[in-house]
Amino acid sequence: MSHGAPRHVLLYGLVALTASTACRPTRKSIAVGSKVFTESVLLAEITTQLLQGSGVPATHRQQLGGTRILWEALLRGEIDIYPEYTGTLAQELLGAPQGLDLGDLERELLQRGIRLGPSLGFDDSYAIGVRRDLAARLKLRNLSDLANHPELKLGFSHEFMDRADGWPALRDRYRLPQRDVRGLDHEVAYRALASNSIQATDLYSTDPEILHQDLVLLEDDLRHFPRYDAVLLYRAELEQRMPQVPLVLNRLAGRISQSEMIQMNARALRDRIPESEVAADFLRRTLNLDTATRRVGLSARLRQNTEEHLSLVLVSLASAVVISIPLGILAAKRRRLGQIILAVTGTIQTIPSLALLVFMIPVLGIGPRPAIAALFLYSLLPIVRNTYAGLTGIAADVLESAEALGLPSIARLRLIELPLASPTILAGIKTSAVINVGTATLGALIGAGGYGQPILTGIRLANVGLILEGAVPAALMALGAQAAFELLEPALVPRGLRLK
Amino acid sequence: MFELRGVTKRFGERLALAPTDLVVPSGRTLVLIGPSGCGKSTLLRLMVGLLRPDEGEVRFAGTELTPERAEALRRRMGFVVQGGGLFPHLNARQNAAIMAQYLEWEPSRIQHRIDFLAQLTKLPTDRFGRYPVEISGGERQRVSLIRALMLDPDVLLLDEPLGALDPMTRFELQRDLQRIFAQLQKTVVLVTHDLGEAAFFADEIVLLRAGRIIQRGTLEELLRSPADPFVTQFINAQRPPPSLGSAAP
Repeated sequence: MSHGAPRHVLLYGLVALTASTACRPTRKSIAVGSKVFTESVLLAEITTQLLQGSGVPATHRQQLGGTRILWEALLRGEIDIYPEYTGTLAQELLGAPQGLDLGDLERELLQRGIRLGPSLGFDDSYAIGVRRDLAARLKLRNLSDLANHPELKLGFSHEFMDRADGWPALRDRYRLPQRDVRGLDHEVAYRALASNSIQATDLYSTDPEILHQDLVLLEDDLRHFPRYDAVLLYRAELEQRMPQVPLVLNRLAGRISQSEMIQMNARALRDRIPESEVAADFLRRTLNLDTATRRVGLSARLRQNTEEHLSLVLVSLASAVVISIPLGILAAKRRRLGQIILAVTGTIQTIPSLALLVFMIPVLGIGPRPAIAALFLYSLLPIVRNTYAGLTGIAADVLESAEALGLPSIARLRLIELPLASPTILAGIKTSAVINVGTATLGALIGAGGYGQPILTGIRLANVGLILEGAVPAALMALGAQAAFELLEPALVPRGLRLK
Repeated sequence: MFELRGVTKRFGERLALAPTDLVVPSGRTLVLIGPSGCGKSTLLRLMVGLLRPDEGEVRFAGTELTPERAEALRRRMGFVVQGGGLFPHLNARQNAAIMAQYLEWEPSRIQHRIDFLAQLTKLPTDRFGRYPVEISGGERQRVSLIRALMLDPDVLLLDEPLGALDPMTRFELQRDLQRIFAQLQKTVVLVTHDLGEAAFFADEIVLLRAGRIIQRGTLEELLRSPADPFVTQFINAQRPPPSLGSAAP
């Protein structure tokens, strides 16, 4: 276990049980991680296939989430390698807003047990693009050249308008005179560029639109934008554990040019070619390496996603039922303690699901475990509240009669109160199950798999088919859960309560 | 059978029962009567231990009724509430037998007891398989009575047992109850706000007002020598006033 991973097991007392099994098993296979965007997925896929092709067992843990999640997972050793950008490393992860030179960066990383691997050969930073014909006509090559054309209309993404190193800083640095500058949606900006209603916009320097729209990137001659060189990060201990890995990774050094990356992004995003094939093509062309990529069919994918999703839901829901019903009973019997229990479970419900998932990572890492813990916490409230409501809603004369008979309180609970509350409790479990099935799709963001996996990929690639591949079965599973409980009802709710 | 000494009960600021002494003699029927909120139901719940007195003590058959002893002592009391208080998820038979089953009586013993009580209360045997929502209000009260009598208790405590019934059913059940009380020779404490009903059942009437016992005696004593003008007011408020000596409906 790496340093810097707080083990606040007690803080998350309820998940302590699962946490005790959270220690990473010693993996034989190298895990390569990627963020939720296509370029990261492509680079990780290339790395994975290269390792596999070189005889190193490797798996690709796709689109685990954002920078933070990947970084933490790398520090904790849940993944061994992932592609990153030097600018992001310096600014977001090491807290050096001015950027660091490579030597400093290497030192900082090594202190954390991380090795700065090979630089892949391209830089993915902010850039300003103009149409090729316009660039030729106005002789625009550098950003400085823009200063000679105050009549140009500029349209930037909203993010770029706001960023510290965005438009205001760029304008000051290059003394740009343009007055007609507006914030636009990125997609709209490309269309505006095509119709010539704006003449320049911001984009990432490996954006496939550069190819598609035939744009020219203006040279950042005053070095305004920090560099975002693509690199591979890996855990330093790999050098001892699997010394061949760094050597294999070095084969990628300088192999991916800007235009190559733009091409690959374009093939994945515009031509909808699976990343694994784009990666295999690249390895064949540049390293003469044949990697067998297998396309996984729809039904196999569905089966795997269903298995993963179902296990997330079943484990989290079952533990929630086991914990919530006693909590609900306690809440109903001890009114003051009950207020606390209801307040705490209610508060958990107000934490945005994504935030809750991320909170779990320091304790439980990535993968299904933190997702199950988060889903468990989310499933508590409906069951606790309904158990409480079911028990406190029993008619006073029935309760009095039971007590006056001389039944001990445990027997009253078992023979009278719980059976009477059972329809309400069951309704709570039903609510939890439906919410759980829906929320579990977010688990894919932290590597838990399930129906969220195709949804994430679909959103990333703007591929409605893929989104539906996750969304439709998730909806069906929610309906199925509902139906299953309707079927269970006769077995769980006494007949006398079902008569009308 | 019951002995209450200096028993007081408050609900928050409200004094539900001022310090009260009351002795309930064995084998007789005592009726607690008074307007709403006078403390009659509170008094009954103190006897069965559903409420704890703030001050004073409640003794049952010579033993002080403490929370530790309440469970055992309650099994020697039968308690019937308005509406019956039947468990809706159990059928009539299961309702009646719940306590005997909990005490692990032999099935044949349970069956004998139920047969006897069904006859006593005139409950048709086909009703036993039905759930509370499937039988009439009067039948529910009979099941409730069977449940209360199942363990053959020493006393029967009834809180407005006929309050929720229509007049015809009420009339019929009143006569049956009177017969049952007479036949079983048990100590009975019955709460009602209806003077006619009180007179019909009572060996003695206890009239309460605002948490205090105003007078205790037969209806005749209450009429002849009221301890307080309220006694006469209460009696006169019940229209038509029952004629002395032929209180039975």
